[in-house]
Amino acid sequence: MSQIFILADFAGDKCTKTTAELATAAARNASVTAIVLAGPGAGAALAATVKHGPIANVLVVESADFATHGVAAAADAIAQIIAQKSPTALLVASHAYGKEVAGRVAVATDSGIITDAVDVAADLTATQLVFGGSTTVHSKVSKGVAIITVRPNSIEADLSDSAPAVENLSLTISDTAKLATTTSSTPPVKGGRPELTEAQIVVSGGRGTNGDFAAVEGFADSLGAAVGASRAATDAGWYPHSHQVGQTGKTVSPQLYVACGISGAIQHRAGMQTSKTIAVVNKDPEAPIFDLADFGVVGDLFAVLPQATQGVTAQKS
Amino acid sequence: MKIAVCVKQVPDSWAEKKMVNGVLDREGVDAVLNDLDEYAVEEALRIVEAHGGNEEGGANSVTIVSMGPERATEAIRKALSMGANDAILVSDAALAGSDALATSKVLAEVIKNGGFDLVICGTESTDARMSVVPAMLAQRLGWAQLTFASMVSVDPAANTVSITRTTEAGVDAINAKLPAVVSVVEKINEPRYPSFKGIMAAKKKTIDSRDLATVGVSAESAWSLVADSAPRPPRAAGVKVTDEGNGGNDLVKFLTEKKFI
Repeated sequence: MSQIFILADFAGDKCTKTTAELATAAARNASVTAIVLAGPGAGAALAATVKHGPIANVLVVESADFATHGVAAAADAIAQIIAQKSPTALLVASHAYGKEVAGRVAVATDSGIITDAVDVAADLTATQLVFGGSTTVHSKVSKGVAIITVRPNSIEADLSDSAPAVENLSLTISDTAKLATTTSSTPPVKGGRPELTEAQIVVSGGRGTNGDFAAVEGFADSLGAAVGASRAATDAGWYPHSHQVGQTGKTVSPQLYVACGISGAIQHRAGMQTSKTIAVVNKDPEAPIFDLADFGVVGDLFAVLPQATQGVTAQKS
Repeated sequence: MKIAVCVKQVPDSWAEKKMVNGVLDREGVDAVLNDLDEYAVEEALRIVEAHGGNEEGGANSVTIVSMGPERATEAIRKALSMGANDAILVSDAALAGSDALATSKVLAEVIKNGGFDLVICGTESTDARMSVVPAMLAQRLGWAQLTFASMVSVDPAANTVSITRTTEAGVDAINAKLPAVVSVVEKINEPRYPSFKGIMAAKKKTIDSRDLATVGVSAESAWSLVADSAPRPPRAAGVKVTDEGNGGNDLVKFLTEKKFI
């Protein structure tokens, strides 16, 4: 059986569900090894959180360089692992860090790379949704190790328990991977809400909020959803840029997307139109966002959302 | 200080894009300078302006580096009209359909031989959206990688660059010795509009057009191949109700039916 390596994905000191998604895709025709990159002495604890999904082995590399030399050190370690162990593919989560690591590994190992896959078949054919989700593309890496970054929340994860065998590997990070030095790191400010790109439900507000996101946030919280915003709203300073959904912001693909007071400019649609179900609240019955809606309410979000929030809360209690 | 800014000409984000023979059809659509590259051009100009400007014959310069069809000169002129000094365009029929690996290889070769101290890129192109070329450039050049910068500061005397890296994983302070590859996020600045004077001046600026042989790299076979592509079917029309005092409840009913509650 061939071997596929995945880069275990962590939020703080906990393995994310994305890791199980990567493993699920990789396990379709291979034995899966999860690579855990850890600080000195932290490997065992991190590896212990890699316990869901079809993962046969965990490979732990400890080095202080992963914290101080970021993407370059991670890519250097993974390229060395690939040279030693010759897997057929490497699957990595498609976020800024994961894509950059994958890009450097592709160069270092002279391998092809496919980014933002929403599915990976047993023969390593990757499915991508391109041009704002309007076109489906199937492609395959044709040189070296198949390096594929997979968009979080796209593959239904097999979350069954696993008890992978843990192996420690000692490596020396190359000097060329230590040219940039991280002197301080601040984790993202965690509200009580789920991360935008990983959330099952996203409720977004746009120009129609007039800067008042309370109704949007209230409805999001009743559903346990993440809050997104259109570019108009973030450019106006109404909501942080980190929450922007769209072509120049984040691409989300949740089970449910609720667009409130968002007209649906093509730039916004590019970031959300692959959502499984889309609901819309907008005053303007002609707003183009209604073309995407499975369910649309023509109405004032300041009237509709509080009523809906109350309804959801009543049903849940 | 010599700064190279990598830019790409992309289809206008409003244009309808389609695939022909496994690659994006670039012929039939309006092409513009990639939005996100304007922030890179602006940041390069601000850096040289903070250190004595980029007057002709001075110590500082901003060179636009691009790969694409001859037609990409239109996008390059926009970057020049913002205030960059000159440009290099690598154009060769053998490069059609190139992916990020091929692009980074060509750009790295041009940069390596250009005597640059710093490369600045946008975080991604709005067409391919891979977001990997800056990291690949750093790897190929063996230069420091400082990417996703929401703040850049260069100290020419100390020969260093520091950035604030802002991603979904948090905020990092990163520094390095030059030479380095930097990518900038869109909140870093507000790109200037080209002035009339800038537009007129740009017409006289040099765009050095090179083919692969001049650059000194050979075209590679593709690292990945597209098997097929197809437009996704449009979404089926949904239900639309008008709020007459019960719109919120209607929404809750729909969400309950779909088992979201």
